[in-house]
This record gives sequence, structure tokens and C-alpha cells, in this order.
Amino acid sequence: MSYSAKEIWKEFARSKIALVGIGIIIVLLCMSFVAFVTIPAETFKEWNDPASWLVYPKSALPAWVNYFVPHKIPEHLILKPQEYRQESGGISVVTDVFVTDYKYDSFPSDFIYQYSAKYSGSPLIQLSVTRPDGASSVLMSSSLPYSTGDTTFQGMMFSTDNSMKKNVQNKLQFFFPVDSIPSQDLVFSNLDQNTVLKGLYVFKVTSYDVNGNMTFDQSKFVLGGKVYGLMGTDELRRDLAVGILWGTPLALFIGITVSIGSVVLGLLYGVFAGFKGKTTDEVMMRFNDIIYAMPALPLLIILAVTIGNSIFLIVGFLVVFGWVGIAKVSRSMSMQIKTLQYIEASKLMGQKDFKIIFKHILPQLLPYAFASIAISVPAAITTEAGLSFLGLGDPTFPTWGQILHDASVYGAADRGLWWWILPPGIMIALTGLAFVFIGHAMDSIVNPKLRR
Amino acid sequence: MGFKKYLAKRAITMFGVLMATLLITIALVGSNMDAILKQSVSLEIRQQITNNKSLISSFKTPEQLDLYVHDQINQRMLALGLDQPWYTPQRLGLAMYKIMTLDFGHAKFLTSDTGSSDVKDIILEKLPRTILLFTTATAIVSLFGILLGAIAANKVNSKIDKITSSFAIVSSSFPVWWVGLIMIFLFAFVYPIFPARATPDVSVTDPGYLLSLLYHMALPLITLVLIGFGSWAYLVRNFLVGVLQEDFIMAKRTIGIDKKKILYGHALKNAAPPIVTVLALSLSGSLGGAIITEAVFDWPGMGRLYYEAISVLDLPVIIGATYVLTAFFLVSIFLADVLYAYFDPRVRRQ
Repeated sequence: MSYSAKEIWKEFARSKIALVGIGIIIVLLCMSFVAFVTIPAETFKEWNDPASWLVYPKSALPAWVNYFVPHKIPEHLILKPQEYRQESGGISVVTDVFVTDYKYDSFPSDFIYQYSAKYSGSPLIQLSVTRPDGASSVLMSSSLPYSTGDTTFQGMMFSTDNSMKKNVQNKLQFFFPVDSIPSQDLVFSNLDQNTVLKGLYVFKVTSYDVNGNMTFDQSKFVLGGKVYGLMGTDELRRDLAVGILWGTPLALFIGITVSIGSVVLGLLYGVFAGFKGKTTDEVMMRFNDIIYAMPALPLLIILAVTIGNSIFLIVGFLVVFGWVGIAKVSRSMSMQIKTLQYIEASKLMGQKDFKIIFKHILPQLLPYAFASIAISVPAAITTEAGLSFLGLGDPTFPTWGQILHDASVYGAADRGLWWWILPPGIMIALTGLAFVFIGHAMDSIVNPKLRR
Repeated sequence: MGFKKYLAKRAITMFGVLMATLLITIALVGSNMDAILKQSVSLEIRQQITNNKSLISSFKTPEQLDLYVHDQINQRMLALGLDQPWYTPQRLGLAMYKIMTLDFGHAKFLTSDTGSSDVKDIILEKLPRTILLFTTATAIVSLFGILLGAIAANKVNSKIDKITSSFAIVSSSFPVWWVGLIMIFLFAFVYPIFPARATPDVSVTDPGYLLSLLYHMALPLITLVLIGFGSWAYLVRNFLVGVLQEDFIMAKRTIGIDKKKILYGHALKNAAPPIVTVLALSLSGSLGGAIITEAVFDWPGMGRLYYEAISVLDLPVIIGATYVLTAFFLVSIFLADVLYAYFDPRVRRQ
């Protein structure tokens, strides 16, 4: 029952599934890294705040769906401006230009211009469009509320506004009745019939200011569509890619901390009980039996409801129910090792108990410990996901389980919102599988009997 | 150690576990329970007094009335023992005794389908449905699993063995409730064959209720079987492979006994103890998992009752359901122990 680290690694590297497992874990680590670098933590903390997701579309399909359908569904675009500044005769003109190449087969659901301006006085803002066919039209103009001192104003211009429709009707000559057609369907329409005019659209926001100190702090043009991003959005307009990406480090954290915690606790408990024997063993094992026979999920639910559902508490609760099985096995292993002669010898030499345990028994159990760490990760991840799925997870750290909880609350399954339910579950399973693969490979090294 | 002594020892442990779980539950919800009880007592008394017109008119000043009400509430609290905190031995003992005799009191919000708010009635109504779903699933799963496992063990490293093993590993890493969501998506949305919600839409008293219940059971049942039988087959296969390596099987082979007879007759019999144990354990495990599974499918059993009770914090129901779930869990573990000891005498003689 002795292994050198090198031998184990050699055997391990020979097993194909172990390499697959390691490959998946490397990918997951990369995803966590990407999440840390590209998505600011604030975005993720605002996951449950509907106000921060207003400019996103509702239940939009992933953008790559367009590669598989004959008619291109309009993508939800959030355009960033190019800004130009001009001074002429005491009037400063700030122009934000948004360019988009519209190549979809149906009209956008709407468009919104959202801005936050810093100014004094009463500047004028005008939104206009230049279409691929050369026609151009003022869409809307408004003056910002008068202010004597410096002020900031946040405003929006909606395509659903009545004045926008009137402007479009007056400026562009359509050869079909336009009365019941919303303005976004007119702006993006051919002149002779109401079909999509594809090509380059330029939206221009111009502000005229006599005081000359007007600036746009935030200015974005949102072209409403039905597909968005890599993973689409959910009913609450949240970008699912953010949730999935940030769920990765959380799942890894929960899985690995819980399994290391339970294995260390179980190992020490079991080895101590097995080594001591007699009454100590009896008492400790009865206690072990009691925890072992407790129904974990109901108690976990009660604990989460009454004590709290912070992610660290949940990790603690999972450890409380996770160590028992490992304690049982390591106890019987340490009882075997205890009878070996070199242990007897070191006992006779008067070595202290804890030294024998730590120097002579525990190292023997290390391969088993590593295998059980890997094997108990998936259970920890699925149990946490289950708790979150019931709505008992930590709301400040939304996990894959919570995405699925929201999906289930909004009836995603029976409404066919597959992009909301498939990715989180697949990620949970993939993460679990990676550790199961590694655990299996290690297990078959530690227990050669299984290999046949 | 004799078989009887072994049984007695296990039974005592199980009883200890039941009490410990109950104590933990009461300890966790006790303080809330106290607050709710006190509230309901004072509400009840105030209502009684306001309904009694002649009593109210006998008081001259509002202060007098207040004093009287306060007095009455205190008297009632004293009578119920609410003046002491919930963790005093008498109250704890009384609470445990009541629960053990299945007197769970009345639910605060939830009712049974027939309208009773007695927790016992609610649980007695939901329990059979949970047992129906999960024992049916376990029976089908174990039957499939043992057959497939035996076939795989017979041809180790064959194609069927490899497929079984990989299916087992893959299927067991998906959470059951997620597969449930996918099944609802597939068979209630894409191909609308089964209803998405597993609660029957006819009333309990309707003669067609049982039939409707069975039809609504299809989707959860298929999910449970689909996710369960792979890992079962894998377990059975591993046990059988272990047994097939033993010397007595070798001996039987050399005598020339039929290979099939060895596998299904002798090897399966010897692998029975661990298989039976795992069967009982998986039944108890699925009872715990029922909370999530039933929440997904809206199956009107114990699990969903528990979930609903938690979401509205209906404490009497939570305590009652925890007790019953724990009791069932323990009975199946106990059964597993007994069966194992019965099949494998080495265990008792330890």
C-alpha cells in the first residue's frame, strides 16, 4: 500500500479519461480567468438589480442562432458613439454618430437613444438618420430643461414617440399607407413597399449649445432586437453569458472547498477513531452513524432558511454532512495500518500518538484522500445547485443553480426558452464530470482490483 | 454477537438519530415557533373579547379593558406554558412527545386538497403519492439496472460494458431536476405529449382522479428512471465483477456448470447483499431528493409540501414533514442493515 508520487503521476497520465478531466478543468479555469478580467465584479453584483439591465432585450435568443435560420433575426445592438466637437460663432456643436450595418430580414423591435448630459442653460438636442438610399430625416428634437448653473440631465428618446412618427412621415415619401405602422418599421423600410431596406444607417445626435460647455457623459443608441450575445438573455433582460461565466469560479470554489473540508475532517476523525480503538472508537463511530443517517437535504433546507444562506455558511453546512462516509473508510484503513509492524515498533519506541498518526498513518492514506476529494466535488456542486434551485442560495453570488431557479420560476421549460435552461445544467454536469473522471482514474490506481 | 442483539443495537441507533434530527429541527425553528404561537394566542383572545359585546360594555375606561385583555393573555400563556422559553425541558419534552404521537397541530397557511388544515391530514394525503412515484421508479430502475449490469459484467470490456459504464457516469453527473426541466421542455413544449405540471387538474373526489394522477406521473417517472438506471447497472456490474473473480466461481466453471447459470444463479446471489443495501439506501436517498424533484414537476407529494411549507414558513408542517421524512429515511436504512446482516452473516459477527 505504498506509492511514490512519480509512479502515481505516470499511471495517471496514461489514463485517457483523466486527461480529459484535466482538460475540462483547465478550460473552466480559463473561463474563470476570463470572467475575472473581462467582466467587472460590479456588473455581476448587479445581477439581481433589474435597473442595471434596462438596455438589454427580453428573452432574446443567442446571436449565433442566425447562422441556422434562413431569415436573419435582428440582433440587439448597443451602439457606442463617435464624438465630434465644433465651435462656430459662439455656438458649440457636439455630434455623436452611431453607424450600423443593418442586414437582418425583419424590422427592429424598437430603438432608444439614451444619454446623460452635463450642461448649463438650455441646449438643443436633435436626433436624425441617414439611410442607405441617401434619404435622411430628423427624427426628434428637444431642448433640455433650463438650468442656471451646471447640471446633469439623463434622458431618453424612444422610437415609440408620436412626434418621431410625424417627422418621419413628413420627411420621407412612402408609397404605401403608413398610418398603422410604427416609426421603427418606417425608418428601416424601403420607400415603395414596407420591407426592410438593408445597408448602412447613420444615426446622428447633434446638440447646439450657446454656453459652450455641454458634454455627453453617457450616450448609447440601443437598437432593439430578438437575438443577443453569445448566450442570449433571460426574462429579466440579464445577459446569460455574464451569469454562466461568473458561475464558473463560484462552482469551482464551492465544489473544491466543500470536498477538501469534508475529506480533511473525515480523514482526521476516522484515523483518530481507528487508531485509538476501544471506547473512543465506539463513541466516535456512533456519533458518525447518527450524522450518517440524518436526511441531509431537509436539514440543509432548514439550516439555510433559519441560520442564513450566505455562500460561506452553505459551504459549512455541506461539510457538516459531507465528511461521514470518508471517516468510515479511513477508520477501517487506519485500523489495518495500525497492525503493521513498523507502527508497533514506533509505539514501542515511545513515539507520541499524534506523531504516529501524522507521520506514519496519514501519508499512507493520501492517495485515497486525493481520490475522494475529486470524487466528492460533483456532489457538493449539485447539492449547492439544488439548494439554489429551490431559491435558498446566496442572492449576492448568483450561481448556475440560481439561473435555473429563475428559469423555473418564469416557466422557461414549458415556454421553450431552451437557451436559458440548457447551458447552466450542461456546465454543472461538465464540471462534475471532469472531477469524476479524475477521481475514477485515481481510484483505479489506488484500488487495482477495480481495473478488471 | 447474535442477530437479535445486532438488530437491537441498530434500532437503538436509529431511534437516537430520529430524536437528534427532531431536536435539531425544533432547536432551529423553536424561537420562531414561539413568536408565532404567542401572536396567535393574543390574537385569539382579542377576538374573543371583541365578539363578547356585553363584556366590553361592562368596562368604563379603555385602560380597564386593556388591563383585562392583558391579564387574559397572560393567563392563557401561563396555561400553555408559553411564559417559559421553548428550550426548557418541560416544553421540549412536551413538544417531542406530541410529535412522536403524530400530533403535529394545525398548519398556519397550507391545507390538504380536501380543505383540512390538520398537519396529520395533509401529510397522510401527500405521503401515498410520494411513495407511489418513488417506489415505482425504484422498482423499474432496479429491474433494468440488475439486468443490464449482469449483461455488462458477463462481457467485461465489451462494447455494451463500455456503453453502460459511460452512460452511468454521464447520467449521474446531471442533476435530476435539471433533466426534469429538459424533459418538460421536450415533452410538454416541443412535443406536447405530457402535461408540464404534474398536479392533476380534476378534483380529488372525481372518479377519474387516479387515472389522471397516473397520466401526470409519466413525465417524472420517465425522468427518474432515465437518470437512475445507468448508475444502477454500473453498481451491479462492479459487484458482480468482484464476485466473478472469486475462487468458488472459478471452481464452478472448471466443473463445467453453464455460464449463464453461474452468472444469474450463483454470482448474483452472492452479490445480493450489497445490491439490496444500495437498493434500500437509494430509496431513502430519493425520498430526500423528492423535495427538488417534486418541486420541478409540481408533483403533489411530500416533497412539494415541504417546499411550499418552507417558502411560506409554515412551521408545524415543516416539523411534521421533517419527522415523517426522517422516519421513512431511517426505516429504509434500518431495513438495509437488517437485510445485509441477514444475507451476510460476517457483519453480525464483527
